[in-house]
Amino acid sequence: MGDHHHGPASGVTRWLFTTNHKDIGTMYLWFSFAMFLLGGFFAMVIRAELFQPGMQLVEPGFFNQMTTLHGLIMVFGAIMPSFVGLANWLIPMMIGAPDMALPRMNNWSFWILPPAFLMLASTLFMEGGAPAFGWTFYAPLSTTYAPPSVTFFIFAIHILGVSSIMGSINIIATVMNMRAPGMTYMKMPMFVWTWLITAFLLVAVMPVLAGAVTMMLMDIHFGTSFFSAAGGGDPVLFQHIFWFFGHPEVYIIILAAFGVVSQIIPAFSRKPLFGYASMVYATASIAFLSFVVWAHHMYTVGMPVAGELFFMYATMLIAVPTGVKVFNWVTTMWRGALSFETPMLFCIGFLVLFTLGGFTGLMLSIAPADFQYHDTYFVVAHFHYVMVAGAVFSMTAAIYYWLPKWCGRMYNESMGKTHFWISFIGFNITFFPQHFVGLAGMPRRIPDYALQFADFNMMSSIGAFIYGASQLLFLYNVIATIVAGKRVSEEKVWDGAEGLEWTVATPAPYHTFEEPPRVPKPVGTF
Amino acid sequence: MRSVFSGAVLVALAPFSVAENQINMSPGVTEIGANIFELHMLIMWICVGIGALVFGAMFYSIFAHRKSKGHQASQFHESTQVEVAWTVVPFLILVGMAFPATSTLLEVYDNDEAELDILITGYQWKWKYEYLDDAGETVSFFSNLATPQEEIYNTQNKGENYLLEVDEPLVIPTHTKVRFLVTANDVIHSWWVPEIAVKRDAIPGFINEAWTRVPEEGIYRGQCTELCGAYHGFMPVEVHAVSRDEFDSWMAAKRGIAAAQSQLATQTLSVDELMDQGKRVYDAACLACHGASGEGGVGKAIAGSPVVLGDLATHMALVADGVAGTAMQAFGEQLSAVELAAVLTYQRNAFGNNTGDIVQPGDVAGGKNG
Amino acid sequence: MPGLRLSNAPATDTALKLLAVAVVMFAFVFVVMVPLYDVLCDALGINGKTSGQAYTSVPVKVDTDRQVTVQFVAINNDDMPWSFVPDARVMRVHPGAANGMVFHAANPTSAKMTAQAIPSISPSRAAAYFHKTECFCFDQQALAGQSTAEMPLQFIVDQELPADIHTITLSYTLFDITSTGQDGLAGAF
Repeated sequence: MGDHHHGPASGVTRWLFTTNHKDIGTMYLWFSFAMFLLGGFFAMVIRAELFQPGMQLVEPGFFNQMTTLHGLIMVFGAIMPSFVGLANWLIPMMIGAPDMALPRMNNWSFWILPPAFLMLASTLFMEGGAPAFGWTFYAPLSTTYAPPSVTFFIFAIHILGVSSIMGSINIIATVMNMRAPGMTYMKMPMFVWTWLITAFLLVAVMPVLAGAVTMMLMDIHFGTSFFSAAGGGDPVLFQHIFWFFGHPEVYIIILAAFGVVSQIIPAFSRKPLFGYASMVYATASIAFLSFVVWAHHMYTVGMPVAGELFFMYATMLIAVPTGVKVFNWVTTMWRGALSFETPMLFCIGFLVLFTLGGFTGLMLSIAPADFQYHDTYFVVAHFHYVMVAGAVFSMTAAIYYWLPKWCGRMYNESMGKTHFWISFIGFNITFFPQHFVGLAGMPRRIPDYALQFADFNMMSSIGAFIYGASQLLFLYNVIATIVAGKRVSEEKVWDGAEGLEWTVATPAPYHTFEEPPRVPKPVGTF
Repeated sequence: MRSVFSGAVLVALAPFSVAENQINMSPGVTEIGANIFELHMLIMWICVGIGALVFGAMFYSIFAHRKSKGHQASQFHESTQVEVAWTVVPFLILVGMAFPATSTLLEVYDNDEAELDILITGYQWKWKYEYLDDAGETVSFFSNLATPQEEIYNTQNKGENYLLEVDEPLVIPTHTKVRFLVTANDVIHSWWVPEIAVKRDAIPGFINEAWTRVPEEGIYRGQCTELCGAYHGFMPVEVHAVSRDEFDSWMAAKRGIAAAQSQLATQTLSVDELMDQGKRVYDAACLACHGASGEGGVGKAIAGSPVVLGDLATHMALVADGVAGTAMQAFGEQLSAVELAAVLTYQRNAFGNNTGDIVQPGDVAGGKNG
Repeated sequence: MPGLRLSNAPATDTALKLLAVAVVMFAFVFVVMVPLYDVLCDALGINGKTSGQAYTSVPVKVDTDRQVTVQFVAINNDDMPWSFVPDARVMRVHPGAANGMVFHAANPTSAKMTAQAIPSISPSRAAAYFHKTECFCFDQQALAGQSTAEMPLQFIVDQELPADIHTITLSYTLFDITSTGQDGLAGAF
């Protein structure tokens, strides 16, 4: 046992070879933040070009490279790895385990990411430019008509997929095999539940994405015709395969975010989560349903009416468990003793804005109406509400909430609140007007637009710069906290916080729960 | 919250005209467009209602249940009755929504028994319209963005229909069921006109159907709505709905032009005629990329070009078949034999090229696309 | 998990089973999704694709009371230069009757080229009722430079065609497959 009690190694090699879940979590979080800033920079280029009608800054082909890379980097480089980082830090501590089940595979899962993204970003400098076919890369624009860099894009996607699959296998193996004695499934914190379900979704659908890009590779280089009508294939087959991955993917993005909110709202309401069992069942229902709704992304593709109706009904149905979760969170707050520190502000922001995004999602599910919404800015507004005001706000709340436990120092609360309000206002100025221009007829993925869309586009661009600037404030706050924040030594940093991670010392020791803890009573309060 | 916000927006933007800054979908001019609009508004108001309840409860709680006000936290944390209630009630609301949604969708799919069929083909980056007629000459033409490059690159003021205007609009008769057969030449495109509420993806190798019946004369503008490459934002749709009589005379005129062009193709034209027409074709189809003085830009320079000064067959093939993987399209299909001969003549003699070559329509017939 | 144990270490056992799931899901795309899509499209004609094989006709009584309009559309894909035109744009047929149409193709270039005609039917649900007993689309079509060809089509509209379909549009898209079977990656490798 003596061997296990050394602290971390020193120098760069500590980080290269670490198998410690806290170290790996930290690396994932910093990597994802860097990707968030890179993807955000591409968004600034997009919104700068869209500030006014006319082409001012970039050529149309380059604009499409920006929109494509913005999407790919945000989805695969920022949001997904950030939640994996959170999982790494928190899941072992929340279940009373000393580390993840497969620590060396954990190291690999992280370290293949930076090379993959370096390769993806380097496509900007390749002949023919970076991929410019949208993050959804429909064939044949992404096969027969793609630039040479498409092969590197495919390679990068394969690597990301392997990373996600390995990470998910690790999470499932950890949760299924390493819970402390007495922690039954129905006593696990919601964050662990949502990640467990997310991990199953990932293992099921990341291989489907790998299949889709492999088929692209074969069509491009090996003379097959999966997606080419000339050889008996069908471009629409690509869309079916992609969205069979793509729809569960958006739930992969949001479920862990739901789990974070389910931890933080009870803490600042000083009240247990309302309806724990329902929350678990609702999350599982969303996950199951997510497999049978994919073609709502394809309503205008020429599907037979029976298919359209099926997908419309199934998609409408997903609103039910999602609604249940929103109601449960509000009821958790009801008659609590609420306080509004920064993590809670971001969670309340999530609750309001994610719900708005859910409403536009319901509108989009109505197939005949979608004929007017599809591929317009109405869709862009919808998914930014659920992904940014949803997943990103939740991740931000998580950082503010758990950072003091991780580093033993408190962040600056006024700066945190300022970050929240500027983010909230900037976000809404950016994306609310996009509903309007979408309904008024502005398509997506265009670098220039008709004059009647000008004012709202200018407003949206101003909001984007505001939102972007506030993330720099966040970065400053995080670094200042780690380097020189006021020290915190209470185990329970927040008086309403519950969970095993709040029973270890602050800052959390390098190795925790080397002996399994006794799972505290009362139950079902996580 | 939404109405307060949009009110503030409208007040802030009061100086601008009403047509700009539209915040809602338009019901458009067709019956199905109106039905879709009603459905959209119905769902939206239901969401507003649910939102009012949920956010109402939340904001009340934020104000009344604060620790700083001394409120003590209750500890209730479950209720099966409540969970069942807020599962069943939303489910029933959704079932209610499904009825009008289903009937409107069935209307969208009712493509049968049309009076006029039009084949719409999406190209990178323009539309081709072909009126399918039982017999006789099919009227077919390309519809290109008409907005000049100077407006796009900010050296000239933008016109009212910036990016939504074309050289050859689609003309259809009012009060007629028109069926659109939508396909694509290269990648996936999508044909959308918001005010007639038709959107259909254009898939290469496959045909999709859509229909409309436009009761009101007018000009209706739309855009491509599926990312199709660099100039996806520059291939608008313009539909002119006109009276039956006006449509018939327009069709007759179009057929006449086509007949005249095929007649001309057998004639020998004078140098002046070729250069005149050639300049017109050049300005419309080549200038944007190759420059007003043939100096080049996005495309290579025409002035002094080895291709233009060299072998005619190579020059002709390049113009007719395009260059795969670049922005140089295949113009063979878009230009008549007369136009192709004229623009080749023009390029070979203008901008100081002075080859003295004359290209007649008969010379190009072999090189043109079908 | 009950059943097969892949390792004595519980975590490794879980991990290996999940890896197997990942591999199965990858295979699922090729082995299940692609064939399933083709089968469903073939059986239900749901993307307007017609069968790639000749239909063996059985003698049926022609439905002389009903007339269906069949519309022919010929489309060139991308830069395909052939002229490709049907004899007539429209035919009025009785369900159950055998009918024929000829498409005229001409290769205006000086080189031999090979084409593949891909059919698509609208409305897509009519595809299951449109039987081709002979079609130039079943095979690749080669044409020497500067030559023409007559490409025949023989078809029967099934009597079970739903009553609410009055017009069937049959479109052929002609693809240039001269270079190694199909269009390659534009301008690279």
